[in-house]
Amino acid sequence: MTGTLFEKIARFQADYCRCIDGGALEQWPDFFVADCVYRITTAANHRLGYQAGIISATSRGMLQDRVSALRDANIYERHAYRHILGQPAVTEAAGAEVRSETSFLVLRIMRDGTTDVFATGVYLDRFEIGGDALKLAERIVVCDSPRIDTLLALPL
Amino acid sequence: MGAEGQVFGEMDWPEGLTRIPYRVFQDRAVYDVEQQKLFNGPSWNYLCLEIELVEPGSFRASFIGDTPVVVARDRDGELYGFENRCAHRGALLALEDSGKTNGFTCVYHAWSYNLQGDLVGVAFKDGVKGEGGMPPSFCLADHALRKLRIAVVHGLVFGSFCDEVPPIEEYLGEAIFSHIERVLGGRKPVILGRFTQALPNNWKLYMENVKDSYHASILHLFFTTFEINHLSQRGGIIVDDSGGNHVSYSAIDNDAPRAAGYSEQNIRSDSEYKLADPSILDGFKEFGDDITLQILSVFPGFVLQQIQNAIAVRQILPRDTNRTDLNWIYLGFETDTPEQNGVRLKQANLVGPAGYISMEDGCVGGFVQRGIAGAAGSHEVLEMGGHSVETSNSRVTEASVRGFWKAYRAMMGC
Repeated sequence: MTGTLFEKIARFQADYCRCIDGGALEQWPDFFVADCVYRITTAANHRLGYQAGIISATSRGMLQDRVSALRDANIYERHAYRHILGQPAVTEAAGAEVRSETSFLVLRIMRDGTTDVFATGVYLDRFEIGGDALKLAERIVVCDSPRIDTLLALPL
Repeated sequence: MGAEGQVFGEMDWPEGLTRIPYRVFQDRAVYDVEQQKLFNGPSWNYLCLEIELVEPGSFRASFIGDTPVVVARDRDGELYGFENRCAHRGALLALEDSGKTNGFTCVYHAWSYNLQGDLVGVAFKDGVKGEGGMPPSFCLADHALRKLRIAVVHGLVFGSFCDEVPPIEEYLGEAIFSHIERVLGGRKPVILGRFTQALPNNWKLYMENVKDSYHASILHLFFTTFEINHLSQRGGIIVDDSGGNHVSYSAIDNDAPRAAGYSEQNIRSDSEYKLADPSILDGFKEFGDDITLQILSVFPGFVLQQIQNAIAVRQILPRDTNRTDLNWIYLGFETDTPEQNGVRLKQANLVGPAGYISMEDGCVGGFVQRGIAGAAGSHEVLEMGGHSVETSNSRVTEASVRGFWKAYRAMMGC
Protein backbone atom coordinates (compact mmCIF):
# COMPACT_ATOMS: atom_id res chain seq x y z
CA MET A 1 0.00 0.00 0.00
CA THR A 2 1.44 3.33 -0.98
CA GLY A 3 0.41 6.94 -0.54
CA THR A 4 0.22 9.44 2.27
CA LEU A 5 -1.09 8.58 5.71
CA PHE A 6 -4.31 10.37 4.87
CA GLU A 7 -4.73 8.24 1.78
CA LYS A 8 -3.99 5.07 3.71
CA ILE A 9 -6.58 5.87 6.33
CA ALA A 10 -9.14 6.88 3.72
CA ARG A 11 -8.56 3.60 1.89
CA PHE A 12 -8.83 1.67 5.15
CA GLN A 13 -12.16 3.31 5.97
CA ALA A 14 -13.50 2.54 2.52
CA ASP A 15 -12.53 -1.11 2.87
CA TYR A 16 -14.05 -1.28 6.36
CA CYS A 17 -17.42 0.06 5.20
CA ARG A 18 -17.41 -2.11 2.12
CA CYS A 19 -16.89 -5.13 4.37
CA ILE A 20 -19.88 -4.39 6.63
CA ASP A 21 -22.23 -3.05 3.96
CA GLY A 22 -21.39 -5.95 1.68
CA GLY A 23 -22.29 -8.44 4.39
CA ALA A 24 -18.81 -9.94 4.78
CA LEU A 25 -19.03 -9.77 8.56
CA GLU A 26 -16.60 -12.66 9.06
CA GLN A 27 -13.84 -10.39 7.72
CA TRP A 28 -14.76 -7.47 9.96
CA PRO A 29 -12.61 -8.51 12.97
CA ASP A 30 -9.56 -8.60 10.67
CA PHE A 31 -9.54 -4.81 10.59
CA PHE A 32 -8.50 -4.88 14.26
CA VAL A 33 -5.39 -5.95 16.17
CA ALA A 34 -5.75 -8.88 18.58
CA ASP A 35 -5.97 -6.82 21.76
CA CYS A 36 -8.15 -4.12 20.27
CA VAL A 37 -10.77 -1.95 21.86
CA TYR A 38 -14.07 -1.46 20.03
CA ARG A 39 -16.90 0.42 21.65
CA ILE A 40 -20.16 1.91 20.41
CA THR A 41 -21.37 4.72 22.60
CA THR A 42 -23.17 8.03 22.35
CA ALA A 43 -21.95 11.61 22.44
CA ALA A 44 -23.63 12.18 25.81
CA ASN A 45 -21.99 9.12 27.38
CA HIS A 46 -18.65 10.01 25.82
CA ARG A 47 -18.82 13.58 27.13
CA LEU A 48 -19.59 12.37 30.65
CA GLY A 49 -16.83 9.77 30.55
CA TYR A 50 -19.22 6.85 30.98
CA GLN A 51 -17.33 3.71 30.05
CA ALA A 52 -20.16 1.30 29.21
CA GLY A 53 -20.96 0.80 25.55
CA ILE A 54 -23.87 -0.39 23.49
CA ILE A 55 -21.24 -2.81 22.25
CA SER A 56 -17.98 -3.02 24.18
CA ALA A 57 -15.17 -5.33 23.08
CA THR A 58 -11.67 -5.59 24.47
CA SER A 59 -10.33 -8.22 22.11
CA ARG A 60 -10.63 -9.34 18.51
CA GLY A 61 -12.09 -12.57 19.90
CA MET A 62 -15.03 -10.61 21.24
CA LEU A 63 -15.61 -9.16 17.78
CA GLN A 64 -15.56 -12.67 16.30
CA ASP A 65 -18.08 -13.70 18.96
CA ARG A 66 -20.29 -10.80 17.97
CA VAL A 67 -20.31 -12.07 14.40
CA SER A 68 -20.99 -15.66 15.48
CA ALA A 69 -23.86 -14.51 17.66
CA LEU A 70 -25.34 -12.49 14.79
CA ARG A 71 -25.04 -15.48 12.48
CA ASP A 72 -26.10 -18.29 14.83
CA ALA A 73 -27.77 -17.02 17.98
CA ASN A 74 -29.44 -13.64 17.80
CA ILE A 75 -32.78 -13.06 16.14
CA TYR A 76 -33.51 -9.88 14.25
CA GLU A 77 -35.18 -8.90 11.05
CA ARG A 78 -32.95 -9.03 8.00
CA HIS A 79 -31.43 -5.65 7.19
CA ALA A 80 -28.33 -4.00 5.77
CA TYR A 81 -26.38 -0.79 6.28
CA ARG A 82 -25.04 1.79 3.89
CA HIS A 83 -22.14 3.69 5.45
CA ILE A 84 -21.36 7.14 4.04
CA LEU A 85 -18.13 8.51 5.47
CA GLY A 86 -16.59 11.96 5.64
CA GLN A 87 -12.93 12.62 4.99
CA PRO A 88 -10.67 11.40 7.79
CA ALA A 89 -9.00 14.05 9.92
CA VAL A 90 -5.59 12.81 11.02
CA THR A 91 -5.26 14.14 14.55
CA GLU A 92 -2.02 12.48 15.61
CA ALA A 93 0.76 10.94 13.60
CA ALA A 94 3.76 10.51 15.87
CA GLY A 95 5.80 7.39 15.18
CA ALA A 96 3.74 4.19 15.15
CA GLU A 97 0.78 5.88 16.86
CA VAL A 98 -1.77 7.31 14.48
CA ARG A 99 -5.10 8.77 15.45
CA SER A 100 -7.88 10.01 13.26
CA GLU A 101 -11.48 11.14 13.40
CA THR A 102 -13.93 10.27 10.66
CA SER A 103 -17.57 11.20 10.58
CA PHE A 104 -20.15 8.67 9.42
CA LEU A 105 -23.74 8.48 8.29
CA VAL A 106 -25.32 5.05 8.37
CA LEU A 107 -28.58 4.25 6.63
CA ARG A 108 -30.43 1.08 7.60
CA ILE A 109 -32.31 -0.73 4.87
CA MET A 110 -34.94 -3.14 6.17
CA ARG A 111 -36.12 -6.18 4.20
CA ASP A 112 -39.28 -4.35 3.10
CA GLY A 113 -37.17 -1.52 1.69
CA THR A 114 -37.74 0.96 4.49
CA THR A 115 -34.60 3.08 4.58
CA ASP A 116 -33.87 5.33 7.53
CA VAL A 117 -30.98 7.27 8.96
CA PHE A 118 -29.92 4.78 11.62
CA ALA A 119 -26.91 6.56 13.05
CA THR A 120 -24.65 9.53 12.57
CA GLY A 121 -21.48 10.17 14.49
CA VAL A 122 -17.72 9.96 14.45
CA TYR A 123 -15.14 7.20 14.58
CA LEU A 124 -12.40 8.03 17.05
CA ASP A 125 -9.64 5.77 15.81
CA ARG A 126 -6.18 4.75 16.90
CA PHE A 127 -4.25 2.75 14.33
CA GLU A 128 -1.23 0.53 14.51
CA ILE A 129 0.97 0.60 11.46
CA GLY A 130 2.93 -2.48 10.60
CA GLY A 131 4.83 -1.86 7.38
CA ASP A 132 2.21 -0.68 4.96
CA ALA A 133 -0.75 -2.24 6.73
CA LEU A 134 -3.06 -0.36 9.06
CA LYS A 135 -5.00 -2.09 11.84
CA LEU A 136 -7.31 -0.60 14.39
CA ALA A 137 -5.99 -0.72 17.92
CA GLU A 138 -9.00 1.23 19.09
CA ARG A 139 -12.24 2.38 17.53
CA ILE A 140 -14.70 4.34 19.64
CA VAL A 141 -17.89 4.78 17.65
CA VAL A 142 -19.52 7.90 19.06
CA CYS A 143 -23.13 8.17 17.88
CA ASP A 144 -24.55 11.68 17.94
CA SER A 145 -27.99 10.67 19.16
CA PRO A 146 -28.72 9.02 22.50
CA ARG A 147 -31.43 6.94 20.79
CA ILE A 148 -31.09 3.63 19.01
CA ASP A 149 -34.08 2.59 16.94
CA THR A 150 -35.35 -0.92 17.75
CA LEU A 151 -31.99 -2.65 18.11
CA LEU A 152 -28.38 -2.54 17.01
CA ALA A 153 -27.31 -5.82 15.45
CA LEU A 154 -24.77 -5.22 12.67
CA PRO A 155 -21.64 -3.35 13.76
CA LEU A 156 -21.01 0.27 12.85
CA MET B 1 -70.34 6.55 31.81
CA GLY B 2 -67.57 8.85 30.65
CA ALA B 3 -65.43 8.56 27.56
CA GLU B 4 -63.40 5.72 29.08
CA GLY B 5 -66.58 3.73 29.65
CA GLN B 6 -67.29 3.90 25.93
CA VAL B 7 -63.72 2.97 25.10
CA PHE B 8 -63.80 -0.23 27.08
CA GLY B 9 -67.51 -0.91 26.70
CA GLU B 10 -66.94 -2.18 23.20
CA MET B 11 -63.96 -4.25 24.23
CA ASP B 12 -64.20 -7.93 24.79
CA TRP B 13 -62.37 -9.49 27.79
CA PRO B 14 -63.49 -13.13 27.63
CA GLU B 15 -62.17 -15.79 29.98
CA GLY B 16 -60.67 -13.70 32.71
CA LEU B 17 -57.00 -12.92 32.33
CA THR B 18 -56.23 -15.55 29.70
CA ARG B 19 -57.48 -13.55 26.70
CA ILE B 20 -56.18 -10.06 26.03
CA PRO B 21 -57.90 -8.05 23.29
CA TYR B 22 -55.35 -6.82 20.74
CA ARG B 23 -57.15 -3.52 20.58
CA VAL B 24 -55.50 -2.43 23.85
CA PHE B 25 -52.23 -2.19 21.91
CA GLN B 26 -53.71 -0.27 18.97
CA ASP B 27 -56.36 2.14 20.11
CA ARG B 28 -55.43 5.77 20.70
CA ALA B 29 -58.47 6.20 22.93
CA VAL B 30 -57.19 3.40 25.19
CA TYR B 31 -53.79 5.09 25.25
CA ASP B 32 -55.35 8.38 26.33
CA VAL B 33 -57.35 6.74 29.12
CA GLU B 34 -54.16 5.02 30.33
CA GLN B 35 -52.49 8.39 30.70
CA GLN B 36 -55.26 9.59 32.97
CA LYS B 37 -56.28 6.54 34.96
CA LEU B 38 -53.00 4.76 35.16
CA PHE B 39 -49.99 7.05 34.88
CA ASN B 40 -51.78 10.00 36.47
CA GLY B 41 -53.68 7.57 38.71
CA PRO B 42 -52.74 5.56 41.81
CA SER B 43 -49.41 4.27 40.50
CA TRP B 44 -45.79 4.79 41.50
CA ASN B 45 -43.56 5.67 38.56
CA TYR B 46 -39.78 5.42 38.49
CA LEU B 47 -38.31 8.86 37.75
CA CYS B 48 -34.55 8.80 38.30
CA LEU B 49 -31.77 7.72 40.63
CA GLU B 50 -31.12 9.49 43.90
CA ILE B 51 -27.41 9.73 43.03
CA GLU B 52 -28.38 12.03 40.15
CA LEU B 53 -29.65 14.55 42.70
CA VAL B 54 -26.92 14.81 45.31
CA GLU B 55 -26.33 18.55 45.51
CA PRO B 56 -28.99 21.05 46.57
CA GLY B 57 -30.26 22.70 43.40
CA SER B 58 -29.67 19.66 41.23
CA PHE B 59 -32.56 18.55 39.07
CA ARG B 60 -33.48 15.82 36.65
CA ALA B 61 -36.18 15.98 33.97
CA SER B 62 -38.18 12.80 33.57
CA PHE B 63 -41.64 11.55 32.62
CA ILE B 64 -44.68 9.91 34.11
CA GLY B 65 -46.26 8.35 31.07
CA ASP B 66 -46.47 11.18 28.54
CA THR B 67 -46.29 13.87 31.18
CA PRO B 68 -42.99 15.71 31.51
CA VAL B 69 -41.90 16.15 35.13
CA VAL B 70 -38.94 17.48 37.07
CA VAL B 71 -37.38 16.11 40.24
CA ALA B 72 -35.24 18.57 42.21
CA ARG B 73 -33.36 18.68 45.48
CA ASP B 74 -34.04 21.87 47.39
CA ARG B 75 -31.72 23.52 49.91
CA ASP B 76 -33.60 21.80 52.73
CA GLY B 77 -32.16 18.54 51.42
CA GLU B 78 -35.54 17.13 50.37
CA LEU B 79 -36.58 15.92 46.92
CA TYR B 80 -39.51 17.59 45.20
CA GLY B 81 -41.31 16.61 42.04
CA PHE B 82 -43.62 18.62 39.83
CA GLU B 83 -44.91 18.84 36.32
CA ASN B 84 -42.42 20.31 33.84
CA ARG B 85 -45.04 22.71 32.50
CA CYS B 86 -45.40 26.39 33.19
CA ALA B 87 -48.67 27.18 34.95
CA HIS B 88 -49.12 30.17 32.65
CA ARG B 89 -49.24 28.96 29.06
CA GLY B 90 -47.91 25.44 29.36
CA ALA B 91 -44.35 25.68 28.04
CA LEU B 92 -41.64 23.32 29.26
CA LEU B 93 -39.67 24.82 32.15
CA ALA B 94 -36.58 22.61 32.23
CA LEU B 95 -35.07 22.40 28.76
CA GLU B 96 -32.11 20.27 29.83
CA ASP B 97 -32.24 16.68 31.05
CA SER B 98 -30.36 17.56 34.18
CA GLY B 99 -28.39 20.36 35.80
CA LYS B 100 -28.09 22.66 38.76
CA THR B 101 -30.25 25.71 39.31
CA ASN B 102 -31.72 28.04 41.90
CA GLY B 103 -35.17 27.66 40.38
CA PHE B 104 -36.99 27.45 37.09
CA THR B 105 -37.91 30.41 34.95
CA CYS B 106 -40.10 29.93 31.93
CA VAL B 107 -38.38 31.21 28.78
CA TYR B 108 -41.73 32.32 27.33
CA HIS B 109 -42.87 35.01 29.80
CA ALA B 110 -40.40 34.59 32.69
CA TRP B 111 -42.79 33.18 35.23
CA SER B 112 -40.46 31.78 37.87
CA TYR B 113 -40.69 28.90 40.31
CA ASN B 114 -38.62 27.71 43.24
CA LEU B 115 -37.19 24.21 43.60
CA GLN B 116 -40.40 23.03 45.24
CA GLY B 117 -42.53 24.05 42.26
CA ASP B 118 -44.11 27.12 43.85
CA LEU B 119 -44.69 30.18 41.68
CA VAL B 120 -42.53 32.98 43.08
CA GLY B 121 -42.57 35.58 40.33
CA VAL B 122 -44.52 36.81 37.31
CA ALA B 123 -42.81 39.22 34.90
CA PHE B 124 -44.53 42.63 34.75
CA LYS B 125 -47.02 41.44 37.37
CA ASP B 126 -47.77 45.05 38.36
CA GLY B 127 -47.59 46.35 34.81
CA VAL B 128 -45.33 49.06 33.47
CA LYS B 129 -45.82 52.72 34.44
CA GLY B 130 -49.22 51.95 35.87
CA GLU B 131 -50.48 50.27 32.72
CA GLY B 132 -51.18 46.55 32.20
CA GLY B 133 -50.23 43.91 34.72
CA MET B 134 -52.16 41.12 36.38
CA PRO B 135 -55.49 41.92 38.04
CA PRO B 136 -55.43 42.43 41.82
CA SER B 137 -57.23 39.13 42.27
CA PHE B 138 -54.29 37.19 40.84
CA CYS B 139 -52.55 35.23 43.58
CA LEU B 140 -49.15 33.57 43.05
CA ALA B 141 -49.98 30.84 45.58
CA ASP B 142 -52.87 29.64 43.40
CA HIS B 143 -50.55 28.84 40.50
CA ALA B 144 -47.98 26.39 41.78
CA LEU B 145 -46.88 23.62 39.43
CA ARG B 146 -48.81 20.38 39.76
CA LYS B 147 -46.88 18.51 42.43
CA LEU B 148 -45.85 14.90 42.80
CA ARG B 149 -45.55 12.66 45.77
CA ILE B 150 -41.98 11.38 45.90
CA ALA B 151 -40.71 8.15 47.45
CA VAL B 152 -37.17 6.78 47.48
CA VAL B 153 -36.51 3.03 47.61
CA HIS B 154 -32.85 2.06 47.94
CA GLY B 155 -31.75 4.93 45.74
CA LEU B 156 -34.61 4.65 43.21
CA VAL B 157 -36.79 7.75 43.04
CA PHE B 158 -40.48 7.12 42.37
CA GLY B 159 -43.24 9.68 41.92
CA SER B 160 -47.02 9.72 41.86
CA PHE B 161 -49.59 12.33 40.90
CA CYS B 162 -52.20 10.61 43.04
CA ASP B 163 -52.88 11.38 46.69
CA GLU B 164 -54.65 8.05 47.17
CA VAL B 165 -51.77 5.85 46.09
CA PRO B 166 -50.66 3.60 49.00
CA PRO B 167 -47.20 4.11 50.51
CA ILE B 168 -44.51 2.70 48.23
CA GLU B 169 -43.62 -0.19 50.58
CA GLU B 170 -47.24 -1.31 50.54
CA TYR B 171 -47.52 -0.77 46.77
CA LEU B 172 -44.46 -2.95 46.14
CA GLY B 173 -45.22 -5.63 48.70
CA GLU B 174 -42.62 -7.17 50.96
CA ALA B 175 -41.22 -9.70 48.48
CA ILE B 176 -40.62 -7.13 45.73
CA PHE B 177 -39.17 -4.65 48.20
CA SER B 178 -36.73 -7.22 49.56
CA HIS B 179 -35.59 -8.17 46.06
CA ILE B 180 -34.84 -4.51 45.29
CA GLU B 181 -32.91 -4.43 48.53
CA ARG B 182 -31.02 -7.54 47.50
CA VAL B 183 -29.51 -5.72 44.50
CA LEU B 184 -29.30 -2.10 45.63
CA GLY B 185 -29.48 -2.12 49.42
CA GLY B 186 -26.67 -0.62 51.48
CA ARG B 187 -24.44 0.50 48.64
CA LYS B 188 -24.12 3.50 46.41
CA PRO B 189 -24.54 2.96 42.67
CA VAL B 190 -22.51 4.74 40.00
CA ILE B 191 -23.74 5.24 36.44
CA LEU B 192 -21.70 3.35 33.84
CA GLY B 193 -23.78 4.41 30.85
CA ARG B 194 -27.24 5.36 29.70
CA PHE B 195 -28.95 4.62 26.41
CA THR B 196 -32.42 5.03 24.96
CA GLN B 197 -33.90 2.30 22.82
CA ALA B 198 -36.84 3.42 20.69
CA LEU B 199 -39.23 0.48 20.47
CA PRO B 200 -41.67 0.17 17.56
CA ASN B 201 -44.50 -1.10 19.73
CA ASN B 202 -47.01 -0.34 22.44
CA TRP B 203 -45.47 -0.02 25.93
CA LYS B 204 -47.57 -2.91 27.27
CA LEU B 205 -46.02 -5.32 24.78
CA TYR B 206 -42.63 -4.56 26.30
CA MET B 207 -43.94 -5.02 29.84
CA GLU B 208 -45.49 -8.34 28.84
CA ASN B 209 -42.13 -9.37 27.47
CA VAL B 210 -40.36 -8.39 30.71
CA LYS B 211 -42.80 -10.46 32.76
CA ASP B 212 -42.76 -13.41 30.40
CA SER B 213 -40.37 -15.99 31.84
CA TYR B 214 -41.67 -18.52 29.28
CA HIS B 215 -39.93 -16.89 26.31
CA ALA B 216 -36.55 -16.19 27.85
CA SER B 217 -34.63 -19.31 26.92
CA ILE B 218 -36.56 -19.88 23.68
CA LEU B 219 -36.16 -16.51 21.99
CA HIS B 220 -32.75 -15.74 23.50
CA LEU B 221 -30.40 -18.47 22.35
CA PHE B 222 -27.35 -16.91 23.92
CA PHE B 223 -28.84 -17.56 27.37
CA THR B 224 -29.55 -21.15 26.61
CA THR B 225 -26.33 -22.10 24.91
CA PHE B 226 -24.14 -20.81 27.71
CA GLU B 227 -26.39 -21.99 30.50
CA ILE B 228 -26.73 -18.53 31.94
CA ASN B 229 -30.40 -19.36 32.17
CA HIS B 230 -32.35 -22.48 31.46
CA LEU B 231 -35.96 -23.12 32.26
CA SER B 232 -34.61 -26.39 33.63
CA GLN B 233 -32.43 -24.44 36.05
CA ARG B 234 -33.66 -23.86 39.55
CA GLY B 235 -35.75 -20.71 39.66
CA GLY B 236 -39.19 -19.29 39.83
CA ILE B 237 -41.37 -16.26 39.78
CA ILE B 238 -42.92 -14.14 42.48
CA VAL B 239 -46.05 -12.13 41.75
CA ASP B 240 -47.31 -9.63 44.32
CA ASP B 241 -50.95 -9.43 45.43
CA SER B 242 -51.82 -6.65 42.97
CA GLY B 243 -50.39 -8.76 40.15
CA GLY B 244 -48.52 -5.77 38.76
CA ASN B 245 -45.12 -6.33 40.36
CA HIS B 246 -42.99 -9.38 39.83
CA VAL B 247 -39.63 -11.02 40.25
CA SER B 248 -38.33 -13.75 37.98
CA TYR B 249 -35.12 -15.43 39.06
CA SER B 250 -32.90 -18.35 38.32
CA ALA B 251 -30.07 -19.85 40.27
CA ILE B 252 -27.13 -22.12 39.64
CA ASP B 253 -28.13 -25.71 40.08
CA ASN B 254 -25.43 -28.14 39.10
CA ASP B 255 -27.76 -31.11 39.47
CA ALA B 256 -30.21 -29.98 36.79
CA PRO B 257 -30.17 -32.23 33.72
CA ARG B 258 -28.72 -30.23 30.89
CA ALA B 259 -31.27 -28.81 28.48
CA ALA B 260 -33.95 -31.20 29.62
CA GLY B 261 -36.93 -30.90 27.34
CA TYR B 262 -35.22 -28.77 24.73
CA SER B 263 -33.85 -31.27 22.23
CA GLU B 264 -37.06 -33.33 22.14
CA GLN B 265 -39.08 -30.26 21.23
CA ASN B 266 -36.74 -29.05 18.53
CA ILE B 267 -36.08 -25.81 20.36
CA ARG B 268 -32.71 -24.42 19.38
CA SER B 269 -30.55 -25.15 22.36
CA ASP B 270 -27.56 -27.37 21.69
CA SER B 271 -25.78 -25.40 19.02
CA GLU B 272 -22.16 -25.67 18.00
CA TYR B 273 -21.72 -22.12 19.15
CA LYS B 274 -18.48 -21.55 21.04
CA LEU B 275 -17.03 -18.26 22.21
CA ALA B 276 -13.62 -17.16 20.96
CA ASP B 277 -13.28 -14.98 24.06
CA PRO B 278 -15.35 -16.50 26.87
CA SER B 279 -14.16 -13.89 29.37
CA ILE B 280 -17.56 -12.22 28.98
CA LEU B 281 -18.94 -14.99 31.19
CA ASP B 282 -16.36 -14.50 33.97
CA GLY B 283 -18.23 -12.91 36.82
CA PHE B 284 -17.66 -12.39 40.49
CA LYS B 285 -19.70 -13.43 43.48
CA GLU B 286 -21.72 -10.37 44.37
CA PHE B 287 -24.62 -11.65 46.45
CA GLY B 288 -24.99 -14.05 49.33
CA ASP B 289 -26.99 -16.50 47.24
CA ASP B 290 -26.76 -18.46 43.98
CA ILE B 291 -29.15 -16.29 41.99
CA THR B 292 -27.50 -15.43 38.68
CA LEU B 293 -30.49 -13.70 37.15
CA GLN B 294 -33.16 -11.56 38.70
CA ILE B 295 -35.62 -9.55 36.65
CA LEU B 296 -37.91 -7.38 38.76
CA SER B 297 -40.71 -5.15 37.56
CA VAL B 298 -42.83 -2.52 39.23
CA PHE B 299 -46.17 -1.58 37.70
CA PRO B 300 -46.57 0.21 35.40
CA GLY B 301 -43.17 0.80 33.81
CA PHE B 302 -40.04 -0.01 35.80
CA VAL B 303 -37.53 -2.84 35.63
CA LEU B 304 -34.52 -3.63 37.81
CA GLN B 305 -32.23 -6.18 36.26
CA GLN B 306 -29.43 -8.36 37.56
CA ILE B 307 -27.97 -10.65 34.94
CA GLN B 308 -24.83 -12.07 36.50
CA ASN B 309 -22.98 -8.84 37.34
CA ALA B 310 -24.79 -6.68 34.78
CA ILE B 311 -27.03 -4.43 36.83
CA ALA B 312 -29.37 -1.99 35.13
CA VAL B 313 -32.55 -0.07 35.61
CA ARG B 314 -34.99 0.35 32.76
CA GLN B 315 -37.65 3.03 32.51
CA ILE B 316 -40.45 2.26 30.07
CA LEU B 317 -42.17 5.34 28.67
CA PRO B 318 -45.17 5.25 26.32
CA ARG B 319 -44.82 7.63 23.37
CA ASP B 320 -47.77 6.65 21.20
CA THR B 321 -49.88 3.54 20.64
CA ASN B 322 -47.01 1.99 18.69
CA ARG B 323 -43.97 3.80 20.08
CA THR B 324 -42.18 3.33 23.39
CA ASP B 325 -38.95 4.68 24.83
CA LEU B 326 -36.88 2.26 26.83
CA ASN B 327 -34.32 4.11 28.94
CA TRP B 328 -31.43 1.98 30.18
CA ILE B 329 -29.05 2.98 32.94
CA TYR B 330 -26.18 0.56 33.50
CA LEU B 331 -24.96 0.55 37.07
CA GLY B 332 -21.83 -0.25 38.99
CA PHE B 333 -21.16 0.52 42.63
CA GLU B 334 -18.83 2.83 44.46
CA THR B 335 -17.18 -0.12 46.15
CA ASP B 336 -16.35 -1.93 42.88
CA THR B 337 -12.70 -2.78 42.30
CA PRO B 338 -11.25 -1.95 38.86
CA GLU B 339 -11.55 -5.66 38.00
CA GLN B 340 -15.19 -5.74 39.03
CA ASN B 341 -15.83 -2.60 37.01
CA GLY B 342 -14.22 -4.34 34.03
CA VAL B 343 -16.52 -7.33 34.46
CA ARG B 344 -19.58 -5.09 34.49
CA LEU B 345 -18.46 -3.26 31.33
CA LYS B 346 -17.89 -6.57 29.58
CA GLN B 347 -21.19 -8.08 30.73
CA ALA B 348 -23.02 -4.95 29.57
CA ASN B 349 -22.70 -6.66 26.16
CA LEU B 350 -25.43 -9.02 27.34
CA VAL B 351 -28.01 -6.26 27.68
CA GLY B 352 -29.23 -3.07 26.03
CA PRO B 353 -30.06 -2.32 22.38
CA ALA B 354 -27.29 -4.65 21.14
CA GLY B 355 -27.38 -7.07 24.05
CA TYR B 356 -26.70 -10.72 23.30
CA ILE B 357 -29.72 -11.64 25.39
CA SER B 358 -31.88 -8.57 24.97
CA MET B 359 -31.69 -7.39 21.37
CA GLU B 360 -34.55 -9.73 20.44
CA ASP B 361 -36.77 -7.97 22.96
CA GLY B 362 -36.24 -4.80 20.96
CA CYS B 363 -37.79 -6.26 17.83
CA VAL B 364 -40.25 -8.89 19.06
CA GLY B 365 -42.73 -6.28 20.32
CA GLY B 366 -42.70 -4.78 16.84
CA PHE B 367 -43.36 -8.23 15.36
CA VAL B 368 -46.50 -8.40 17.52
CA GLN B 369 -47.53 -4.83 16.76
CA ARG B 370 -47.28 -5.53 13.03
CA GLY B 371 -48.72 -9.02 13.34
CA ILE B 372 -51.93 -7.83 14.96
CA ALA B 373 -52.58 -5.08 12.41
CA GLY B 374 -55.74 -6.72 11.12
CA ALA B 375 -56.79 -8.37 14.35
CA ALA B 376 -58.42 -5.70 16.49
CA GLY B 377 -61.26 -8.09 17.30
CA SER B 378 -59.00 -10.98 18.28
CA HIS B 379 -57.10 -11.90 21.46
CA GLU B 380 -53.82 -13.04 22.94
CA VAL B 381 -53.88 -16.49 24.54
CA LEU B 382 -52.26 -16.56 28.00
CA GLU B 383 -52.73 -20.03 29.42
CA MET B 384 -49.20 -21.27 30.06
CA GLY B 385 -49.06 -22.31 33.71
CA GLY B 386 -52.84 -22.27 33.98
CA HIS B 387 -55.13 -19.34 34.68
CA SER B 388 -53.75 -18.00 37.92
CA VAL B 389 -51.43 -15.12 38.77
CA GLU B 390 -49.70 -17.01 41.56
CA THR B 391 -46.11 -17.18 42.65
CA SER B 392 -44.56 -20.34 41.27
CA ASN B 393 -41.43 -22.46 41.29
CA SER B 394 -41.70 -22.90 37.56
CA ARG B 395 -40.84 -20.32 34.98
CA VAL B 396 -42.76 -22.19 32.29
CA THR B 397 -45.68 -19.94 33.06
CA GLU B 398 -47.34 -16.72 31.99
CA ALA B 399 -48.59 -16.06 35.52
CA SER B 400 -46.81 -12.72 35.87
CA VAL B 401 -48.07 -11.61 32.45
CA ARG B 402 -51.60 -12.36 33.65
CA GLY B 403 -50.64 -10.46 36.82
CA PHE B 404 -49.84 -7.40 34.73
CA TRP B 405 -53.35 -7.52 33.23
CA LYS B 406 -54.92 -8.05 36.62
CA ALA B 407 -53.30 -4.84 37.89
CA TYR B 408 -54.00 -3.04 34.60
CA ARG B 409 -57.70 -3.87 34.58
CA ALA B 410 -58.09 -2.98 38.26
CA MET B 411 -56.53 0.45 37.77
CA MET B 412 -58.23 1.12 34.43
CA GLY B 413 -61.60 -0.11 35.68
CA CYS B 414 -62.10 -2.33 32.65
